[in-house]
Amino acid sequence: MAINRRDFLKFSAGAGLLAGAGVETASAAAEAPPQMPKDALGILYDATLCIGCMSCMVNCKKANAEPGGALFHRETEGQIPYEYPKDGDAIYDAPIRLSDKTLCIIKAYRAGDKAVEPDTPASSFVKQHCLHCIDPACVSVCPVKALQKQPDTGIITYNKNRCFGCRYCQIACPFGIPQYEWSKASPSVIKCQLCNHRLAQGKYSACCEYCPTGASIFGRVEDLREEAKRRLALKTGDSYNYPVQHVDGRQRTEKVVEHYVDHIYGMNEAGGTQYLFLAGVEFNKLGFNPRISDMVYPRLTWSYVSHVPALIGALLVAGTVTRLVTQRMERNKNKDQTPTDEADAS
Amino acid sequence: MESNPNIKTWTPTTFVLLFFIVTGGATMLYRIIFGLGATTNLSDAYPWGFWLGLDVLGGVAMAAGGFIIACVVYIFNWKKYRPIVRPAILTAFLGYLMAVVAICLDIGHPFRIWHPMFMWQYHSVMWVVAMHVIFYTTTLALEFSPMLFERLGWEKARQMVGKVMVGAVIFGVMLSTLHQSSLGAVYLIAESKMSPLWWDTKLPFHFLVSAVAMGMAMVSLETMLSKKFLHHEVDSEIFYGLARGTLIVLSFYLLLKLYQLIMVAGVGLAFNGSLESNMYLVEMLIGVVIPVVLLAMKNFRRNINWIFSVNLLVITGVLLNRLNVGLFSMESYFASHGLSYSPTWMEFLVSLGIISLGIFLYKMSAKHLPLFSH
Repeated sequence: MAINRRDFLKFSAGAGLLAGAGVETASAAAEAPPQMPKDALGILYDATLCIGCMSCMVNCKKANAEPGGALFHRETEGQIPYEYPKDGDAIYDAPIRLSDKTLCIIKAYRAGDKAVEPDTPASSFVKQHCLHCIDPACVSVCPVKALQKQPDTGIITYNKNRCFGCRYCQIACPFGIPQYEWSKASPSVIKCQLCNHRLAQGKYSACCEYCPTGASIFGRVEDLREEAKRRLALKTGDSYNYPVQHVDGRQRTEKVVEHYVDHIYGMNEAGGTQYLFLAGVEFNKLGFNPRISDMVYPRLTWSYVSHVPALIGALLVAGTVTRLVTQRMERNKNKDQTPTDEADAS
Repeated sequence: MESNPNIKTWTPTTFVLLFFIVTGGATMLYRIIFGLGATTNLSDAYPWGFWLGLDVLGGVAMAAGGFIIACVVYIFNWKKYRPIVRPAILTAFLGYLMAVVAICLDIGHPFRIWHPMFMWQYHSVMWVVAMHVIFYTTTLALEFSPMLFERLGWEKARQMVGKVMVGAVIFGVMLSTLHQSSLGAVYLIAESKMSPLWWDTKLPFHFLVSAVAMGMAMVSLETMLSKKFLHHEVDSEIFYGLARGTLIVLSFYLLLKLYQLIMVAGVGLAFNGSLESNMYLVEMLIGVVIPVVLLAMKNFRRNINWIFSVNLLVITGVLLNRLNVGLFSMESYFASHGLSYSPTWMEFLVSLGIISLGIFLYKMSAKHLPLFSH
């Protein structure tokens, strides 16, 4: 979260003991949804198009093991951090969850009961990685600005040289995204940075570039939202010309529309995210914590922190006044009795 | 001034303490060389574990006695508590030093501990907490320094500190109040992960009030122990007064927690037999309900042995609360991801080493500094 002028004014207002004014601004800000940069970049993942080929996972590792990538380390330069099964053959990368070696993972859901829910598909995939929140909890809690939201693209990047390893981001992220390099003596936080390093090369997120079906498409969040709304308006069974790789639609593939749950996940969740999801299965079943609401999480802590300057002032004044009163009481008492020294302050 | 002849340096207790300090120190070194993964069972699901729950959250709550007694003596001018103000300040100072050691080991890069001082991010409660730790530890060092100056015979330095002492205490009370509540505020953002038995928008206030109760119990307990083992003679009225204070604050805390349970979390949640509900009940019974019931009766409140037991209960209860907030409140969230956490023996050794170091330094201060002279 960049220190913007509004926040700074609020902070100073508190410092000036204008507690009342501070509270008013804070509560007014609490209602307005957070704004993202005009050209914020993101991903739309459509689970109904995903065939679970895991091309995104493999290419994510390859792209991010390059210099500048989120998995790049100087000491292991040139190596791609595959996670082969324990005691198994090194033939197939098989991570089971996000880790310090895996930024992006395809998970499968297989519990659909046709008898109970005839409209729901029996299985679905879901792609997990950083959702790049519009108002990110991890950025708001980071005490050293190691995690920052880029002002132009809205991508949440990580600077390992600032990070001192408090891991508050792991506690704060409602989606459980940041991972830590526990096995290292000099560890870093590992999370998807939306292939920020590839943007400079004129490329975009590897998971979208290498997605063969158009399940993951890259683009401006505004465009992705439009595309997602368009898809929800489609009828099951019709055919639609789905854009592939990028929302600009230079490449398209025609496909029969499958059943959609009428919800764009990430539109409002946690105040809105730049990674959006469509699916044919209820999102709770795809591993999203059902307790995540539309709440803008950083406001929970900001409502406390914004009052700290006023509290500092109030407590100092209260302490001083009490001391002056008790001192005077002491003096009066001493005057009534014997005149002794009253300086026993130490 | 001479060292206290009533306190012997080389007792069996000292040897035990030194043994734990050495083993804990060796483990700390191991942690710094080989990293957190080699030493602890922490994982991406449980990024904060035993060290943070017990040594940092618990240790800081235990140190609350320092600011309460300093406030009572220097700001409220209640002279009755003057004999225990120095031990209370020393405990707070040592408590914060111990917490700082634990924080240094717990963060991924111990040698970057200074980063928050120069890389400001005031939206973060963690940054606020870091600032409070820095300022309050410095303030406590100042409040503690007269004992050192008296021992060294630096009369001028002592007088200079004496002039700013009241200011330092007012500043310290402000910092401490905010630090205790900020530690609760850290968890406000984990709303979607924590059990509603603990998560509440008033969590900072809950932390502050429970820390005040624990601080008084801790001062009372430690004064009893110094009376028994370090021959510090104090009037029993001090214990009765502290017990009364504990009763008042703890009753208020009970009301707060009951309101939260009934109005926010829902009573059913505390009795559904899950791990969280059981931990909650244990915490509330040991740390709040039983102590309030016992202290409410005058015979118990004015009986040193009973006060001793109640102090132990309150301290255990609040420590449990901190462990619950830090670990068990997120149990069901992580259990649904198939992950669990239990500390390694090395985590225990480090904590034991840190606590032993605190007790050892307290004893050495009692012997060599004018701790009980007021």
